[in-house]
Amino acid sequence: MGLVGGELERRLEEILGAFCGKRSELIPILQRIQNEFGYLPEDALVKVSRFIGVPEAHVYGVASFYEQLRLRQLGKNIITICRGTSCYVCGSSKLIDEAKSVLGIDEGETTPDLKWTLETVTCLGMCAHAPCAIVNGKVYGKMTPKKLVSIIRAVEGGRRS
Amino acid sequence: MMHPISGADLKRHRYQGCCQMGSKFKVLICQGTSGLSGGAHIVAEALRKKLHESGLADKCEIKRVGDRGLFRDVLIDIISPDGKRWTYERVSVEDVTEIVESHLVKGEPVKRLLAGDDYRRFFEGQLRWVLRNCGEIDPEDINDYISVGGYEALRKALTEMTPEDVINEVVESGLRGRGGAGFPTGIKWRICRGHEAPARYVICNADEGDPGAFMDRSILEGDPHSVIEGLIIAGYAIGASKGFIYCRAEYPLAIRRLKVALQQAREMGFIGEDILGSGFSFDIALKEGAGAFVCGEETALIASIEGKRGMPRPRPPFPAEKGLWGMPTIINNVETLANVPRIILNGAKWFSSVGTDRSKGTKVFALAGKVKNTGLVEVPMGVTLRQLIFGPGGGMARKGYAFKAVQIGGPSGGCLPEELLDTPIDYESLTQVGAIMGSGGLIVLDEGTCMVDAAKFFLSFTSAESCGKCIPCRVGLVRLYEVLDRITKGEGREGDIEFLERMGNAVRETSLCGLGKTALNPVLTTVRYFRDEYEAHIKHGRCPAGVCVPLLRFEVDEGKCVKCGRCARVCPVGAIAWQRGSFPVINKDACIKCRACIIECPEHAIN
Repeated sequence: MGLVGGELERRLEEILGAFCGKRSELIPILQRIQNEFGYLPEDALVKVSRFIGVPEAHVYGVASFYEQLRLRQLGKNIITICRGTSCYVCGSSKLIDEAKSVLGIDEGETTPDLKWTLETVTCLGMCAHAPCAIVNGKVYGKMTPKKLVSIIRAVEGGRRS
Repeated sequence: MMHPISGADLKRHRYQGCCQMGSKFKVLICQGTSGLSGGAHIVAEALRKKLHESGLADKCEIKRVGDRGLFRDVLIDIISPDGKRWTYERVSVEDVTEIVESHLVKGEPVKRLLAGDDYRRFFEGQLRWVLRNCGEIDPEDINDYISVGGYEALRKALTEMTPEDVINEVVESGLRGRGGAGFPTGIKWRICRGHEAPARYVICNADEGDPGAFMDRSILEGDPHSVIEGLIIAGYAIGASKGFIYCRAEYPLAIRRLKVALQQAREMGFIGEDILGSGFSFDIALKEGAGAFVCGEETALIASIEGKRGMPRPRPPFPAEKGLWGMPTIINNVETLANVPRIILNGAKWFSSVGTDRSKGTKVFALAGKVKNTGLVEVPMGVTLRQLIFGPGGGMARKGYAFKAVQIGGPSGGCLPEELLDTPIDYESLTQVGAIMGSGGLIVLDEGTCMVDAAKFFLSFTSAESCGKCIPCRVGLVRLYEVLDRITKGEGREGDIEFLERMGNAVRETSLCGLGKTALNPVLTTVRYFRDEYEAHIKHGRCPAGVCVPLLRFEVDEGKCVKCGRCARVCPVGAIAWQRGSFPVINKDACIKCRACIIECPEHAIN
């Protein structure tokens, strides 16, 4: 899991090499780093702050402001449940409760074995298919708690075999 | 690789595109986010394979198109060489063989899959100007866009009109911002052009963050070039040489198609140096948002592009005067820009012939919630909410659940009751009744929705999305949320309603940006129109809609019960005892208060 200092350094250099160090590049840089590592390691934030010449506090401020950017490592599998208006009306809170109880974690948390992360988003724009959820990148519409559990089981089963 | 094109070439190019039609069957498959989640790409692949096997590959052209706005899983259109058209809905992989063998080989359409009355009704009464190409052209092929008149408006603007002409045309058309506030677009452009500066910028706001709104996503996925063309024209009008599209990261398909479209537009010479030989140069950069609702607010969006936390700043100065990097900047929403090419092509008069006195043209609404047909509906400004919900919307979704309210304008909009269904949809009328046009989200709520709980839900969203810069919004929304939360838990107190009104108005009047100024609308409108429901919670400890669990007794109202036993069958823990011909009995010790019985009961007999 954890990256050894040298390896992190090398991959960071590579990413930063594609940018010229302007302040307006901060968010795209953070997005690229997250794409690479799945989250924003603390050391990377320090390096970015030097690269574009702004205080570490500024980089941290931006990284913690945007919902997409994460400061902690994610699970191997990710469930994202929409809590937008339409999904709410159509029962997304039940999906969230079910996922919480099945995985034993709260919204925004990752299981200790780093297998699952449960997230909610404000709206996926899939309102006509409410309630909807994304499991490992695949979008499911008209989701039910039952369907969600069977998808979770299928993913877990699939990995064992 | 495509080659740059001149104005004259554009016409020839279009002509060639038209000539290619007519010799083959065309099969259109809707592949936006919705279609793809229904498996459209799998169906497309199966179809391609089947056509190949049947030796029909040369006679049929499969075309990827965007979503059409009504979601029917996989939608397929077959257009015969003589222009006749059939629409199939909910097509699965298993249906592919039948469609090919029956329709394409024998010429007999597969009746059981043809789109039904709901489909027809949904599109009747719509006036599709902005969505005209969605579901009709391949969004990843610029030639397809050109063949339906694309980039003709750009050619006209650049070669036949001065920037002032363009601005005047847009001013006269009466086009107003479709992103929420409804500021006249042309006036904004004029103000921006009037400020002397070393650089000016134009930004397309594609940070569609309102839960319940997805028209911008569909336009970007189905017809990205119309937005790009509008943006280039805007750039020409205000004298900008650089434009940005700020798209939220939650829309990966829209971003991908925008990238493809920008690349193609660049190769054809619609973006870049000396566009169409006019001497005008313009470039567009795509910026991905990073997940912050408040970035839909224009000054916050600018801060985000500059690489800062997306926090709004006080206006004035407005961005048209001092915007991105301190330069005059205009920010227009996706739908607004998609309107621009047609206004330039057909003229201001054509555009302003539709709509009301002060709201011209059409508006796309995202119909969702407890309505039968959910999807995107484009109608002339001025139609009533009733016409929309019971026309294209097809009325209520659930049997036995009547209409209760419609939430219009996103989380910052208002909840309007049945009595106001005849309100015409235009900027002024909606503001008058306490709602807003917003981005055009329209969520229908039925009797099964508790209005206090709904208000709480909207506030939980806006308070979480508050950026925290100004105190009224940061603290006020949380205080309001706490009171609503108490009420839904049965701990409401005398004076709570008055507090909500007082605090609501205070937050509205003192917040820095539009988020705080409008976040109160759901609370204030539900208090205004559904006061009795608040009172039932506070004074009588009752939730009339049967939603707020702490207030529910889980008892069967024998006056309403028809002894059907559905509650007993649906109970997940077997807590309901029922025998044919008798009233069900709920064992309260075993009950887990999941509300499954309440939702299932056709007579609303459990509370």
